[in-house]
Amino acid sequence: MNKKHTVFHQALRNRFSSQQIVTAYDEITMLVPVDDLLAVACALRDEAEFHFEQLLDLCVVDYLHYGQSEWITDASTATGFSRAVDERGSGRMKFGDPIKIGKQKQPRYAVVYHLLSYAHNTRMRLKVFAEDDHAPIIPSVCHIWSSANWNEREAFDLFGVLFSDHPDLRRILTDYGFIGHPFRKDFPLIGNVEMRYDPEHKRVVYEPVSIDPRVTVPRVIRDHDAAAPDVKKQDDV
Amino acid sequence: MSELHNYTLNFGPQHPAAHGVLRLILEMEGEVITRADPHIGLLHRGTEKLAESKPYNHSIGYMDRLDYVSMMCNEHAYVLAIEKLLGIDVPIRAQYIRVMFDEITRLLNHLLWLGAHGLDIGAMTMFIYCFREREQLMDVYEAVTGARMHATYYRPGGVYRDLPDQMPQYETTKWKSQQDIDYLNESRKGSVLDFIETFIDDFPNKVDEYETLLTDNRIWKQRTVDIGIVTPQQAMDWGFTGPMLRGSGVEWDLRKKQPYEVYARLDFDIPVGSNGDCYDRYLVRVEEMRQSARIIKQCIQWLKNNSGPVISNDHKVTPPNRETMKNDMEALIHHFKLFSEGYSVPAGEVYAAVEHPKGEFGIYLVSDGANKPYRMKIRAAGFAHLSAINEMVKGHMLADLVAVMGTMDIVFGEIDR
Repeated sequence: MNKKHTVFHQALRNRFSSQQIVTAYDEITMLVPVDDLLAVACALRDEAEFHFEQLLDLCVVDYLHYGQSEWITDASTATGFSRAVDERGSGRMKFGDPIKIGKQKQPRYAVVYHLLSYAHNTRMRLKVFAEDDHAPIIPSVCHIWSSANWNEREAFDLFGVLFSDHPDLRRILTDYGFIGHPFRKDFPLIGNVEMRYDPEHKRVVYEPVSIDPRVTVPRVIRDHDAAAPDVKKQDDV
Repeated sequence: MSELHNYTLNFGPQHPAAHGVLRLILEMEGEVITRADPHIGLLHRGTEKLAESKPYNHSIGYMDRLDYVSMMCNEHAYVLAIEKLLGIDVPIRAQYIRVMFDEITRLLNHLLWLGAHGLDIGAMTMFIYCFREREQLMDVYEAVTGARMHATYYRPGGVYRDLPDQMPQYETTKWKSQQDIDYLNESRKGSVLDFIETFIDDFPNKVDEYETLLTDNRIWKQRTVDIGIVTPQQAMDWGFTGPMLRGSGVEWDLRKKQPYEVYARLDFDIPVGSNGDCYDRYLVRVEEMRQSARIIKQCIQWLKNNSGPVISNDHKVTPPNRETMKNDMEALIHHFKLFSEGYSVPAGEVYAAVEHPKGEFGIYLVSDGANKPYRMKIRAAGFAHLSAINEMVKGHMLADLVAVMGTMDIVFGEIDR
């Protein structure tokens, strides 16, 4: 497996010398700029060396809160558990709350493609960062792998990433008439509206959520060197 | 009455053949379907987002509820992804237990599929036959994990506990006589492994029973042969995996091609179809049940002859046992930290996949070094299968739609996530 892996990695490097290729956990990831995506995807599908017949999965990662710990403080107080929790993350948010954002070093949205080659029994991952955080647009790969169709609809629905030239970019998982993109890191976990049947109006009505956000366990990063650039101090219990 | 030619038909979400909550908008030309537009998401719970706000172990229970007829296989992909990031080893006995339960789960899934698929296209008895066997396997689930369905049995580093030495027995009630109880308890005298062995020894005969009812049945063949034909190229392009892909003749099974756990040590065959129609996929799944029985048999033999730990002793990830906790300060700290904060997983991203009864079930996990996943994406086999329903049913009759939906083995828990 490992030898085959190295050979494949080398083949990728030779063919796509301008792209960044990383191997971690025995998995190959290729970072592709938006403009090269279609050319690279076509090459990966059609060229005999690679032959990735199948797009297994397509998803979006929102890097808004990446590497941010909630357990960072220099002070201690007598107020108990919450003394050190700097509340962040969608689990603690309510509609309209200000969003805490750390220093972002990279674009916010990445689209991740998981490819499988039946001919060579290999997998790889493509990663594309959308250039604009406010209107992320990525070219659609629907005409390369048909299975991208629903996955891209899902990505659009949940993250608001737009796929240009997609034949039918409608919402797919959320409710009819849903507002917002729920898997974004700045969308509250409890949502914005709740619905119930109103016997007076004899129909289902939508109202602002009445529950409070609650997260029992704070987000803690222990391996500070690896991920969290904004965390300096390690506080062990 | 004026003649209707084109019309739009709303199918589901509350339709017995919709397998849960599928809503289809069908454009019909007489009784022929010209376009099928599935509306999904009625069971969307946001599992992936929920997982982002919880420590890793808290989400294992959510995995059961994805594809709620193949519970442990879902858990398997999730714990494999965590183990890959953490780089911990799983004891060999736990690997055998996992493989055995993956295959038991495959039987559970295929039995429900066969019963429901039969019921959809007119074979009423199948449902009762299949549930007769499912009940026994549910009992195994319950004996080992305490829950008939949502087990939360697999943990990063192994499985929650070893198989019990005693299979629980029925007790007399005012509804059941002593004679009935004795009959029911006959196979429950020994350990759980003995019970599974008795079941598995007899299971191929049960599969024969199903096949006598269906395989050469004229009505069954009329409803399934040449319905929903998928070529191998289409199957790959549409993202098909599992029996949907093998039914089209592609010999691909992760258990053989990219073996995980102890599958490489076990002896079994991969059935493939030739025509890619609903009938072939039926035959593939029935044969898979026989092969699963073979695998379970081999696992039982190994498990009976070998003992050992069933969970890793890396107590940063797995809890120490109760006795050590009472005497050892460090064990107590481990226990406290594990159940309050959880464990932090090194930063990185992995994709782990298993051969789920429905196809490839994968978990893509992104960690930033925290005690909660930064992003988790579930790759559900049924999502890709259902996305091709328009291409598969175009030009078929309305009644064939039900056969195609049955053959896809869709479960909305995993499609809507």
